[in-house]
Amino acid sequence: MSNPLIELRGATKRFPGTGGGIHTAVRNIDFTVAAGEFVAVVGPTGCGKSTTLSLVSGLEPTSAGRTLVRGKDVDGIPDGIGYMFQQDAVLPWRSVLDNVALGPRFRGVPKAQAKAEAAEWVRIVGLAGFEDYYPHQLSGGMRKRVALAQTLVNEPEIILMDEPFSALDVQTRQLMQDELLRVWAGTDAAVIFVTHDLEEAIALADRVVVMTASPATVCGDFRVTLERPRNVEEVRLTEEFRDLYKEIWETLRDQVEAARTKGATRVA
Amino acid sequence: MSLETMDKIAVTVPEVEAETEDQILARVKAEHRKSTLRVWGLRAALVAVWLGSWELVASVWIDPFFYSKPSLIWDRLVEWFTEGTQFGSIWLQIFTTVQEAVLGFVIGTVAGVVLGTLLGRSRYWADVLAPFIKALNAVPRIVLASLFIIWFGLGLESKVATVVVLVFFAVFFNAFTGAREVDGNVIDNARILGASKRQILGSIVLPSATTWILSSLHTAFGFALIGAVVGEYAGASKGLGLLISNAQGTFDAAGIYAGMIIITVVALIAEWLIGVAENRLLKWRPSQAQSGHGV
Repeated sequence: MSNPLIELRGATKRFPGTGGGIHTAVRNIDFTVAAGEFVAVVGPTGCGKSTTLSLVSGLEPTSAGRTLVRGKDVDGIPDGIGYMFQQDAVLPWRSVLDNVALGPRFRGVPKAQAKAEAAEWVRIVGLAGFEDYYPHQLSGGMRKRVALAQTLVNEPEIILMDEPFSALDVQTRQLMQDELLRVWAGTDAAVIFVTHDLEEAIALADRVVVMTASPATVCGDFRVTLERPRNVEEVRLTEEFRDLYKEIWETLRDQVEAARTKGATRVA
Repeated sequence: MSLETMDKIAVTVPEVEAETEDQILARVKAEHRKSTLRVWGLRAALVAVWLGSWELVASVWIDPFFYSKPSLIWDRLVEWFTEGTQFGSIWLQIFTTVQEAVLGFVIGTVAGVVLGTLLGRSRYWADVLAPFIKALNAVPRIVLASLFIIWFGLGLESKVATVVVLVFFAVFFNAFTGAREVDGNVIDNARILGASKRQILGSIVLPSATTWILSSLHTAFGFALIGAVVGEYAGASKGLGLLISNAQGTFDAAGIYAGMIIITVVALIAEWLIGVAENRLLKWRPSQAQSGHGV
């Protein structure tokens, strides 16, 4: 069998903690992502889900264990990777079009061609007509669209998403989830989508991986059999969705409670 | 309510709303013009009161030999601009000082931005060099003007050198802070998008630090003029600093004031130019004016 696209084998990440100790963010993570697969990672808030993404992206080196992309240990940023951050990471001094054109420009594509590629993606994410706007002139949802286009213009084989829609209001979030599914369907990229919202995870993903409270490790892996293409608002109302939700929540609930007790003792 | 009053309301209400968009805009414009006029009117009045009382007091009470008075200063300015100064045309003096200030300003700014940005991104070098930079900054650098005259002579070079050391530190510290304050997320994003170290420096760090750098340029040009004038003061064959130092030597208080006024005007023009450049470079920023007031 060929190697999975992404594989974490006993991956562990430690940071120097406050007060001289060592903080283990993730411990012994094992999971794989196949090419073209949409995997959602859920877990209690602040458990270290984002850290997993930074290991795969190569932004942070793995402390122990292995993180492999295409069968090779991650050392630096692997090729063909895209990352959508939780906070806005678009450049405020560049227009929408120039922001989206950043990726091709960094990779040495000539200016005119980069702009043409960017214009195409700006159109796909539904921002046609806003090419010359600056980020501060856009709404939060529109800035997320810019970030999405900025990521996808590089045609990544792997897309990492770190709670990208958590700062949006509920309606905009659902709209963006639908948009994401629509746009993703046109690519053959694998996605790791980190969220603390189980509904969002089930509505979007092929698989839901559940993580424990900090230090995070994998404690459940569920296949989502809902048919595609999905409509995010409608799929939530189906029997199948609710059954899945119940099943996964059984596992997640204990972790959320554990995180809560831990937080409570820390506060006390 | 009687039918009659109903009728009245029906007639009067639309009348209140009858102001068209054009009329509203015209009204807002007129109000704006009025408030501008009020501001400038009061400014003119303040200047008139200040100069008038100075003139009056210097004419009847204190000795204009020491304190001078507006009419004498005006006479001196007129004399300089029509007949020239002891050291040649006034324009030559202005040009000399501005040339020194601008040259030193450009060199100092470029050096400050380059070194500040590089050190801001390199923790190691910043750590190594921090004590030296702090020590250099603590040196009373204006005194170097005398040293530079010994080194470079009475000409342009010594003044430019003085200006550079003054401007450099003003710009350096802001560029350094600006480069350090860059959002880590934005840099990570650029790295993922495929930016090399150099591309991150050029297209992420430098533009992010621009706000910091530009705000330092206002003070830096002030320093540039001070450096040029003090440099000339310490020894020169032409320039505004020489004019002032000569006026001091001949107990010509009006000459000192006249020199001050010329330098002030030059500084204001430079300030305005930097403001224009700033607005151009920072046109992506949310503008304060857009929030506006209700009309």
